[in-house]
Amino acid sequence: MVEPLLSVRNLTATFERHGAPARVVNGISFDIAPGEAVGFVGESGCGKSVTARAILRLAPEGSSIAWGGHILFRGQDLLRLDDAAMTDIRGRHIAMVFQDPMSSLNPVMSVGAQIDDMLIRHAGLSRRAARRRAIELLDLVGIREPASRADDHPHQFSGGMRQRVLIAIAVSCQPALLIADEPTTALDVTVQAQILRLLMRLRRELGMALMLITHDFGVIAGMVERVHVMQHGAIVETGAVDPLFAAPRHAYTRALLAAVPRLDTTAGPA
Amino acid sequence: MSEPLLRVRDLCVTFPARRGRPPVRAVEHLSFDIAAGQTLGLVGESGSGKTTAGRAILQLQPPSSGSVRLLGSEIVGMRSAPLRAMRRHMQLVQQNPYSSLHPRMTVARILAEPLAVHRSVPPRQIAERVAELMTLVGMDPSVVHRYPHEFSGGQRQRIVIARALAVNPDFVVCDEPVSALDVRTQAQIVELLQRLQERLRLSYLFIAHDLAIVRAVAHRVAVMYGGRIVELGDAAQVYQTPAHPYTRNLLDAVPLPDPARQRDRLAQPAEEPDFRGHAGRVGPCVFGKDHAATDTPAWHEVSPGHGVSCCFWPPENPARR
Repeated sequence: MVEPLLSVRNLTATFERHGAPARVVNGISFDIAPGEAVGFVGESGCGKSVTARAILRLAPEGSSIAWGGHILFRGQDLLRLDDAAMTDIRGRHIAMVFQDPMSSLNPVMSVGAQIDDMLIRHAGLSRRAARRRAIELLDLVGIREPASRADDHPHQFSGGMRQRVLIAIAVSCQPALLIADEPTTALDVTVQAQILRLLMRLRRELGMALMLITHDFGVIAGMVERVHVMQHGAIVETGAVDPLFAAPRHAYTRALLAAVPRLDTTAGPA
Repeated sequence: MSEPLLRVRDLCVTFPARRGRPPVRAVEHLSFDIAAGQTLGLVGESGSGKTTAGRAILQLQPPSSGSVRLLGSEIVGMRSAPLRAMRRHMQLVQQNPYSSLHPRMTVARILAEPLAVHRSVPPRQIAERVAELMTLVGMDPSVVHRYPHEFSGGQRQRIVIARALAVNPDFVVCDEPVSALDVRTQAQIVELLQRLQERLRLSYLFIAHDLAIVRAVAHRVAVMYGGRIVELGDAAQVYQTPAHPYTRNLLDAVPLPDPARQRDRLAQPAEEPDFRGHAGRVGPCVFGKDHAATDTPAWHEVSPGHGVSCCFWPPENPARR
């Protein structure tokens, strides 16, 4: 048995809202093996994003959140690391791509400079070496003329291209685990397919594990080996992707699967 | 033959030149009909002009030329008083239920406003009509004194739909009505829109960037690319025998809830054609051909009621795809 890369045990997340605690993640446990792709599916408010952020100890802005349980990454408990050690983990060993590519980039910095920062901080490269690597990374994620595009600012890129830039930043230090939280939800379908292909290719080339979070079973279908279905802060069903799609056991999984719009139905409007 | 409920002919919207940039032809020569009780799905990517088209039909954005006839009346260039009266017949449901409801108005006030503006019911009956509208969209009338933030995204979209239906319209433009919602909520809202269509004999222009969601609702489908309709036909025709390469591209991109098939599709190296830089007639089409240099492609009939605009039609090698 391969030692898991990430091992989450009995994770809880509790928000403090107007003095009343609200538990949004209710004691969940799962493993991710090195290089494995795992999907988390559920609807808004099911706790999937909070789970993902807990791994990086990111709290939503302006909220106070208390975590419980254990998040073991290569054997060390991330919930018990000091802040400096956690900063070293973030970006370097575990990276994250968010849904909204506009608000995750700094609008007044060129995209090249934003990648440089990561490489200087985490990989200890010189400014010149960092830029060379940044251009390679932009090329890797499929941005044309990467050398000149590195000097452009985020608003000069389309939504799909911005998401590619964010992915370039995320994979810049060759993390062992990439967490992608609804990475294609804000994008056109054609661009979505391109970004999914890119994530597949990078995962293969860089040997990363992938944690893909989405509300859409169609997005998860071809991307992962295992799926966890979340509802009300709990994992209600877990399984390998093919049997889970073929024979979902939980009523909630069945309802989510049935809601995915299909092309193969003949059931158009009357 | 009697005129359809909505008839759009050669509708164009051009945004004027700005800061040295050339004018933008956002919508070019749009033509289609929508019959009473029917839905036309209008599909295209961001920037294809689909939202501008919807706004131009509703006269929220002045068209630069063309004709829009609703219930037999020409509404392009109509004076403001009669146009305001026509607005009772045409309504809009927008994408984002978080920003399209006034945050400091209760649901009761939100729904009463169009009733008062169009004087469609006497003031004494407004409360009654508001309750009726809530029931119509499947919500409990007792919650009308709450504010929008107290509702979920799906509930808010129901309120937006109730507001659009307050004045008993004949035609509703639904501009990406479910794009901001979870899949299960999407399915519920789509079902609600269909139920309302049957019950009230509504006509919809259903705008989306995704062919899958349109499959369930549309009788006819128009695919828009670079400000033009490149393919138009009955839903079965467009989905089963897509004629334009861009339509096929959109179909291939729809994520399917089928792991084996989806893995196959993602494993194909199919680097999609690069659509950047395509604005109106400037720049290359999906085959890299610049129609500005030649002329725009002609409209070809694939079969009765199914047309395509592509200068590569008919394909030399029909085995493709």
